[in-house]
Amino acid sequence: MMPGIADSAEQIGEILRAHDGLEGPLIPVLHAVQAAFGYIPGDALPLIAQHLNVSRAEVHGVISFYHDFREEPAGRHILKLCRAEACQAMGADRVAAHARDALGIGWHQTTPDGSVTLEPVFCLGLCACAPAALVDGRVLGRVDEARLDALIAEVRP
Amino acid sequence: MRIYVPRDSAAKALGAEEVVAAVRAEALRRGLEVTVVRNGSRGMVWLEPLLEVDSEAGRIAFGPVGPGDVAGLFDAGFGSHAKALGPTEDLPWMKAQTRLTFARCGVIDPLSLDDFQAHGGLAGLRRALGMTPDAIVAEVTDSGLRGRGGAGFPTGIKWKTVAGATADRKYIVCNADEGDSGTFADRMIMEGDPFTLIEGMVIAGLGVGADKGFIYSRSEYPDANAVLAEAIRLARAFGLLGASVLGLGPAFDIELRIGAGAYVCGEETALLNSLEGKRGVVRAKPPLPALEGFMGKPTVVNNVISLATVPVILERGASFYRDFGLGRSRGTIPLQIAGNVRRGGLFETAFGMSLGAIVDDLAGGTATGRPVKAVQVGGPLGAYFPRALFDTPFGYEEYAQKGGLIGHAGIVVFDDSADMLAQARFAMEFCAIESCGKCTPCRIGAVRGVETVDRIARGDAAAIPLLTDLCETMKAGSLCALGGFTPYPVMSALTHFPDDFHRSAKEAAE
Ligand SMILES: Cc1cc2nc3c(=O)[nH]c(=O)nc-3n(C[C@H](O)[C@H](O)[C@H](O)COP(=O)(O)O)c2cc1C
Ligand code: SF4
Ligand code: FES
Ligand code: FES
Repeated sequence: MMPGIADSAEQIGEILRAHDGLEGPLIPVLHAVQAAFGYIPGDALPLIAQHLNVSRAEVHGVISFYHDFREEPAGRHILKLCRAEACQAMGADRVAAHARDALGIGWHQTTPDGSVTLEPVFCLGLCACAPAALVDGRVLGRVDEARLDALIAEVRP
Repeated sequence: MRIYVPRDSAAKALGAEEVVAAVRAEALRRGLEVTVVRNGSRGMVWLEPLLEVDSEAGRIAFGPVGPGDVAGLFDAGFGSHAKALGPTEDLPWMKAQTRLTFARCGVIDPLSLDDFQAHGGLAGLRRALGMTPDAIVAEVTDSGLRGRGGAGFPTGIKWKTVAGATADRKYIVCNADEGDSGTFADRMIMEGDPFTLIEGMVIAGLGVGADKGFIYSRSEYPDANAVLAEAIRLARAFGLLGASVLGLGPAFDIELRIGAGAYVCGEETALLNSLEGKRGVVRAKPPLPALEGFMGKPTVVNNVISLATVPVILERGASFYRDFGLGRSRGTIPLQIAGNVRRGGLFETAFGMSLGAIVDDLAGGTATGRPVKAVQVGGPLGAYFPRALFDTPFGYEEYAQKGGLIGHAGIVVFDDSADMLAQARFAMEFCAIESCGKCTPCRIGAVRGVETVDRIARGDAAAIPLLTDLCETMKAGSLCALGGFTPYPVMSALTHFPDDFHRSAKEAAE
């Protein structure tokens, strides 16, 4: 076994133990694993399944059901653009097309330099200052092409 | 000197953090003693970041404030300035409201239990602690409060079912999965007055005999989640939550859970599956969650606003609340005005305001200055209303009669550049992306729906009746409102804006 894997197994074990006693702990566990690793490593599945006494297929089914969970690492920055109606009414489609062009990637993809992953999101509750975006957890409103270019320059020096 | 700059995420999205940094830097440079309070939002999003200062005449507002305005505001002694708006409470948007659920939002420091109590917080709970569980439930029933999450089910009746069930454990689950486009009332109260929600959940626990609550929020709301987590911690330290509510009542505690980006988990049974650690698949009803909910135990599932409205009902009495409203829609509703509008934000008012008054008067028309074409009410499953229906008064039955729904009271305005065929396509696409997969009319129907709209866009007018049939099938054969109500936006677009569907047919033919 590679040393990295043993370390991550240790870390996943800690996460699992920290969630002992919760009723229905799987989603919080997956969030915590993703927060620690940036994604859900394949190695984590049997450990989670065994600790929570469910099948691996069940864990995998849950991971694949939810849009948030990823099984591959993301870019260094995650840019989420709202695609929902209130943002559409303020030009979100145009802004999103600009983002895809500027980054040269489509939805759910990561730029080849690993700097940015582009994700769609359906409503950030910022519908009165649309179009809205979330960059690494930071909220942005009234995002137009210029604001997006500035943002991309900031995260992609 | 006290300066208020909201911590609300809409204010942050428009630069509130930069304004706070500028205020602190300017105060330091001038050697002034300044306390910055991070309040919630007053709901006037077009004026955010809205900065306020205390004065003898009450709070004075300035907005929208950019970091570049801050030095000038200090120079002016926070008096006469281009961004000065006068006393906050005198602004027309504030004066015209009936703020019951949102009375404290934007006023207090959301994480100060002292502030909360100084503004009436816990009064409802203290009264409830002196009442029998039956009397608490009766008070909520008599208030006429109906679920604000969309379905409009009477809250007191739901509570009565849970109260009447016998079980070793019962739960209160707060549905904070606010996924509807155009809605942000839950987010605003969670960021601006989270103790009101906690108080409402505690009262629900007393009423039905539950000692455990969950708030199921969404990962798209990082700021709200941070405020909630801290509010729960403070509520425990204070004794509002814990082994004995305020040292006077039974035990009640709350756990915050975060969803993982699935719209369908806002549906109550999918939400319960998700809480249990499963895929967010919708459950067939019966059994009702009220009888077999979380872990098979009797569970109240209520929307954030339903629960956050309970304290004021207990504080001021059922009849006080019930006296507001129209027909079977009692009390107040926080309208969320969004999309292409000059003035967007949250406006709490008694049911009954016409859509025209909301869009033309409150919102002031579109941000782009172009004519309003369509207004989607009630989120992605809500109908598109044309101007011809602007006389519709805001109420559950009133909207249903017009082939629509009020949902969570989100109102999204589109100008005349909107292509309603594209909006119909999006409704189907959204349903296809978010379907939980349990029933065929939704899972397969929505994919067919996108294809059918594309055929219409290519000029195939024969596909229009196919789209209508497909909508009928989805309506009749879907287990939940995702598949069942997606026909609302689609059919309303087709019915009220037929030119957008036939025009594409014509254009393609030419
Ligand atoms: C697809 C779908 C999404 C829903 N999303 C939400 C939501 O985000 N928040 C909410 O409170 N209710 C939502 N609901 C309604 C819930 O199923 C349920 O009616 C509600 O939580 C009950 O609380 P209330 O009676 O206080 O409204 C949704 C329903 C469906 C079918
Ligand atoms: S209508 Fe769609 S979302 Fe609802 S239960 Fe059926 S497949 Fe799931
Ligand atoms: S629709 Fe984009 S933030 Fe709500
Ligand atoms: S929400 Fe009522 S049946 Fe699905």
